[in-house]
Amino acid sequence: MTLLDLADLTVTRGQCPVVDHVSLRIGAGECVGLIGPNGSGKTTLMRAALGLLPHTGTSSLAQMTPRARAAQAAWLPQAREIAWPVTVETVVALGRLPHLARGSRLRDGDQQAVDAALDRMGLMPFRQRLATELSGGEQARVLIARTLAQDTPLLMADEPIAGLDPAAQLSTLQVFADLAGEGRAVLTSLHDLSLAARYCTRLILLHQGRLHADGPPTEVLTPDTLAEVFHLRARVHLTEDGPLFQPLGVLA
Amino acid sequence: MRLILVLMTLMVALFTASLCLGSVGIAPLDALAALIGVGDPLHVLILQEIRLPRALLAAMVGGSLGLSGAAMQGYLRNPLAEPGLIGVSGAAALGAVIALQTGIAALFALALPLMALVFALTAVGLLLLLAGPRGASLTLILAGIAISALAGALTSLVLNLSPNPYAASEIVFWLMGSVADRSMAHVTLALPVMVVGWGLLATLGRGLDALTLGEDAAEALGLSLRALRLRLLVGTAAAVGAATAVAGAVGFVGLIVPHLLRRLTGGRPSALLWASFPGGAAMVLAADITVRLVLPSRDLKLGVVMALIGAPLFLHLIYKTRKELP
Repeated sequence: MTLLDLADLTVTRGQCPVVDHVSLRIGAGECVGLIGPNGSGKTTLMRAALGLLPHTGTSSLAQMTPRARAAQAAWLPQAREIAWPVTVETVVALGRLPHLARGSRLRDGDQQAVDAALDRMGLMPFRQRLATELSGGEQARVLIARTLAQDTPLLMADEPIAGLDPAAQLSTLQVFADLAGEGRAVLTSLHDLSLAARYCTRLILLHQGRLHADGPPTEVLTPDTLAEVFHLRARVHLTEDGPLFQPLGVLA
Repeated sequence: MRLILVLMTLMVALFTASLCLGSVGIAPLDALAALIGVGDPLHVLILQEIRLPRALLAAMVGGSLGLSGAAMQGYLRNPLAEPGLIGVSGAAALGAVIALQTGIAALFALALPLMALVFALTAVGLLLLLAGPRGASLTLILAGIAISALAGALTSLVLNLSPNPYAASEIVFWLMGSVADRSMAHVTLALPVMVVGWGLLATLGRGLDALTLGEDAAEALGLSLRALRLRLLVGTAAAVGAATAVAGAVGFVGLIVPHLLRRLTGGRPSALLWASFPGGAAMVLAADITVRLVLPSRDLKLGVVMALIGAPLFLHLIYKTRKELP
């Protein structure tokens, strides 16, 4: 089942295309890593796909009503914002807003989704703490839990693991992989190529706004592509723990 | 929920107290009887024509300012925001001042508040034009500051050009803000406009909750930012414009009340919205009672007392917040 369908998606800033005729489909069961150097258009691509930016071409999500879109896809922006001193549980419960008929009262099903999301991100001990008093990494986990509570077929996240400690990075990506295993789909931008290689079923490589490569990690992360796009000399080891990616140096 | 009940009780108690207090000593029970037309005709007149509109206006003005303050802070995600920020109160004051200066105010009873209201709505129109349909909150603040400054400058110009000291002092006194010596006609003029404003602002709770996560995340949660902003601006213009039109400029309520209640409502913008209405009403009723108890002979103005209470309270809040920060 296709959960996201982009056709010729283009976003221009002035004359310059930031995302240039990108077409792709993401189906259920995929954990897709969106990779590319800084400024390659990862964030813009995801925001346009959600209909948050003016664009040409089509995106299946952008064509939906805001309400239907919110039931289809959850979005974790790069900027981690929690404006008011509310409890962790309150922040996570915001993910249920699209499911509530009206007002902000949670029903039993909503509370279960909130509890499940808190549990998945290991935040149960924090649930009554004020989210604004947590550390940056902990806040990031709270916001990931919020998108999980939204309980959507598709989860889109913009650099979700930036600033997390190594264990939290691994467990977050494991949660994403598990979601894909449950028949949902995840599209997440990542900078850590070795984690991307290990946890994603598919990588999409953007370069200067264009789709440069799309496929299983071992096919995308080739020495030639890495040299051309990332200016990296690197090696991918195929091990029994999955592909291991080791950057060795920067090319001039 | 319990907080709302407490605030409602407080508001009703202060409202009753406001009816029972005045320069003419009337026993509380007699006063309440006179309110429904029973007892000494003079007392009935005082209660129905003087004290009731005053208490009603204090509650309406306070509620409007509290509600729109909470909405504005929620939208801008900034505890320093207040309804005056978008220039509505400044524009309403300018309208009133022009009415006083040109003598339009003397033409018929409600000329002054009507003029103020028209100016308030014009200011919002101008604001929408300046900030554009997709404008970010920063553009909105800047446009609001520009409109406020312009309205302030024009108000000063009118004062500057005023023909005699009496006209000038009348304007200055009006600008200080008060709910004294108003009639039921003021209530019936302001109430329908305010009710429209309250209705619009009351629908914002859910969107403001979503905005806790930032504009991007809120939109992805199914919120239409444009619709939210339009309701916020028109609602604030109606509520605060009408409040300024009948009571003059009363500051600090929209800033202080959400501040005081934020922790008690668990920080959730939607809960704060509901609590800030009775909270604001109670605060202005209390200030108006203070005006009558302290120096009753000197006609202290509500806006002055409100600022005298508000500014130190605000300083205290800043001090407390500063200690909480690392």
